[in-house]
Amino acid sequence: MTIIFVLIPLGLALVGLALWAFFWAVGDGQFDDLESPGWSVLADDPPPEERPR
Amino acid sequence: MNAPADAGCFHCGEPLPAQERLTVLVDGRARRVCCLGCRAATELIREAGLGDYYRFRTAAAPRPVPAGADDVWATYDRPEVHGPLLGRDGDAAIVNLLIEGLRCAACGWLIGERLGRLPGVVRASVNPATARAQVVFEPARVGLAALLRAVAALGYRPHVLGATDTLAVATRERRAALKRLAVAGFGMMQVMMIAAALYIGAVDGMDPVIREYLRAVSLLVTAPVLVYAGRPFFAGALAALRARHVGMDVPVALGIGLAFAASAWNTLRHSGDVYFDSVVMFIFLLLLGRYVEMLARHRAGSTAEALLRLVPATALRLAGDRHERVPVATLGAGERVLVPAGECFPADGVVVSGATEADEALLTGESLPVAKGAGAAVIAGALNCAAPVEIALTAVGQSTVLAGIVRLLERAQTERPRIARLADRAAAWFVSRVLVGAVLVAALWLLVDPARAFEATLAVLVVTCPCALSLATPTAITAATATLARAGLLVTRPDALEELARADTVLFDKTGTLSLGRPRLERVTADGLGRDAALAIAAALERGSAHPLAQAFDAIPAAPAAELALHPGEGIEGRVGAVRYRIGTAAFVAALAGPRPAGFDESGVHLGSAGRWLARFEIGDALRPGAAEVVRELEALGLAPCIASGDHAAAVGAAATALGIGRWQARLQPADKLALVERLRAGGARVLAVGDGVNDAPTLRAASVSLALGTGAALAQASADLVALRGALGTLPLAVRTARRTTAIIRQNLVWSAGYNLLALPAAALGWVPPWLAAVGMSASSLLVVLNALRLARRPRARPADPGRRLATRAAAAT
Repeated sequence: MTIIFVLIPLGLALVGLALWAFFWAVGDGQFDDLESPGWSVLADDPPPEERPR
Repeated sequence: MNAPADAGCFHCGEPLPAQERLTVLVDGRARRVCCLGCRAATELIREAGLGDYYRFRTAAAPRPVPAGADDVWATYDRPEVHGPLLGRDGDAAIVNLLIEGLRCAACGWLIGERLGRLPGVVRASVNPATARAQVVFEPARVGLAALLRAVAALGYRPHVLGATDTLAVATRERRAALKRLAVAGFGMMQVMMIAAALYIGAVDGMDPVIREYLRAVSLLVTAPVLVYAGRPFFAGALAALRARHVGMDVPVALGIGLAFAASAWNTLRHSGDVYFDSVVMFIFLLLLGRYVEMLARHRAGSTAEALLRLVPATALRLAGDRHERVPVATLGAGERVLVPAGECFPADGVVVSGATEADEALLTGESLPVAKGAGAAVIAGALNCAAPVEIALTAVGQSTVLAGIVRLLERAQTERPRIARLADRAAAWFVSRVLVGAVLVAALWLLVDPARAFEATLAVLVVTCPCALSLATPTAITAATATLARAGLLVTRPDALEELARADTVLFDKTGTLSLGRPRLERVTADGLGRDAALAIAAALERGSAHPLAQAFDAIPAAPAAELALHPGEGIEGRVGAVRYRIGTAAFVAALAGPRPAGFDESGVHLGSAGRWLARFEIGDALRPGAAEVVRELEALGLAPCIASGDHAAAVGAAATALGIGRWQARLQPADKLALVERLRAGGARVLAVGDGVNDAPTLRAASVSLALGTGAALAQASADLVALRGALGTLPLAVRTARRTTAIIRQNLVWSAGYNLLALPAAALGWVPPWLAAVGMSASSLLVVLNALRLARRPRARPADPGRRLATRAAAAT
């Protein structure tokens, strides 16, 4: 059972990583609008010549 | 993909004009559009390669307002105007926009793309859910005005938000709550997992080293959850104690603090029980309840916010015969302002010169533009639709009607209803007794079985947390108020919902309430002269009169009249052509025309010339459309309708018959109406008085609950408990139904939470409830109460989605 002395800290480290990622996502506004990003995949990319260079 | 049907304009979906045929080529097909503005917008979108918008949108676009000669946006490039509006990020400037007309995700995409392609724009992000856009741009390369012009060219109306955007505050609050929730949630998963191992170990036996290790890990995980996620509870408890008041945070903080301290102590001394799982679960579930409550609160708040944004940022001030653009904040009452067509009125005022039509739909719900001639009052936020007018300002800033409406809304949202205050006081009373009880329980258990004393005391503290009791009422009222606000009904006094639910009699004022309050020509009896000739003469005579009845003749083309003489209370005498005429009461006309012939009834308005009776006009007051249905619905809801009017008996009787109302009284002075209300109430009736808000204020105040069908200026002074913004009676049955559902839900909530506490307290005191079960029960009861209340916030099914340009409704629904 001594393996848990390694696995639990490892698990906690992963939780910490997940929390960090979640905090980043919240701070970045990823949860502010849950609707329109879903639509953006349907929109075509603009033709290249119209992009400002 | 729901492109508007072929019947409407391809761009905005509005009906196509019959005479003109305008088309625009999109995706190789000619599409019909309704106006040049829509054609320009469609071409602009197509040229920019943004045609995808039409494929993915879910709502039709707003119709672009044709650009006037005067560029309203140019003023935003002046430093004194945009200075306070822009945030700074190094060399770049940040601006927050509220975009009116933004209806679906495709709109948001379109605006974001359009802005993003302007040279000098670093980033443009649009949030369709809140109708907000944030643009980061280099002021050296692109001006604020250019951004606004770009949005306006697409047909949307951008409003520049000031530096203090309450949405930003709300967003910060929501983000902080989400983070706390995540910490509590992740912590809970970890601690519960370990707790499962510990429970199994307690039954099957476990190596003490591993047991102590697992408990130490639980301590390590719970500590940050307590400190970070549990902070609101400790802060709240501290604030409550400082104010010498026992709020509901006190037992929560005490419970989680004690449980954690005891568990930590037991972990460090390697004996006794630990309750880390209870602590984290408790925090998580409580935070979840508060998160849901916060969302409901934000949803209600955004309505007032949207209304305030109607006032433009700048106005054209007249100085001598020149005019200059100035920020609206610098305007003062008494100044003169020119309002071009297509712009909103910057403040309340009176039209000095010019005539136009104003769209006040957002403020009053009047769906048609209202004609405004010289002398007519206009209100801030209304849209000037037709022609430029010059207005003299009567009220600016906080004293405008619009600001009054917003204050009404805010008051309703901040004022706590009586029943909520009662529940709060009950909760405080309950908490102080529980604390005493907990001490007693602890003392008794120490005598009986010291080992279980702590556990039982903890269970008592946790299980009796009166959160559900305290949440029961405010959540329900908040949700109901938001629902009604979306339907155009403001609840200005929260107690009103309670009274409205219990009302059993509804007392209508007639004029302006059941009827439109606008005189209308109902019947013409012409004798001798033709009908049209009689009408033309009557209209000519009435032109000079300010009498309300004269309005009935407004729409009729008048012959030129001369030598008009007004006889107050009798009528008007004047000359049309070579003939002298009199119009007015029968007696007045008889003095010129001789004895009244048999065919002429005495009532009504008469027209006569020397020796001849020419015509008789019956002038009535048209009933509001839908009034009969409203009365029927109210009757079905168990409210007895009656009419109390100051009008004459014939008119009131006719209206009562048309509406199917049996009880009516006519010719009542305001004092008589007041007496009637008091008599009804003395007889045990709960009276809902419905009036137009201003002239029947005493009646409204005397009733158990009152509804004002306010329009325009009347709204600001309305003393009613409920105000129908759209001036529509139709919301009344909805209001009664919502009020009844609200009180039913409050009652369910109170019964549930009180019953739960009464059952759980003895069980916990007897030591039957382990702390973790207490935490589950307590949190579940709070959550149940909140979710039950949120049932009120659902859109009523009966109302179809509003296709109009109702910004307030839109923003409130989207958040």
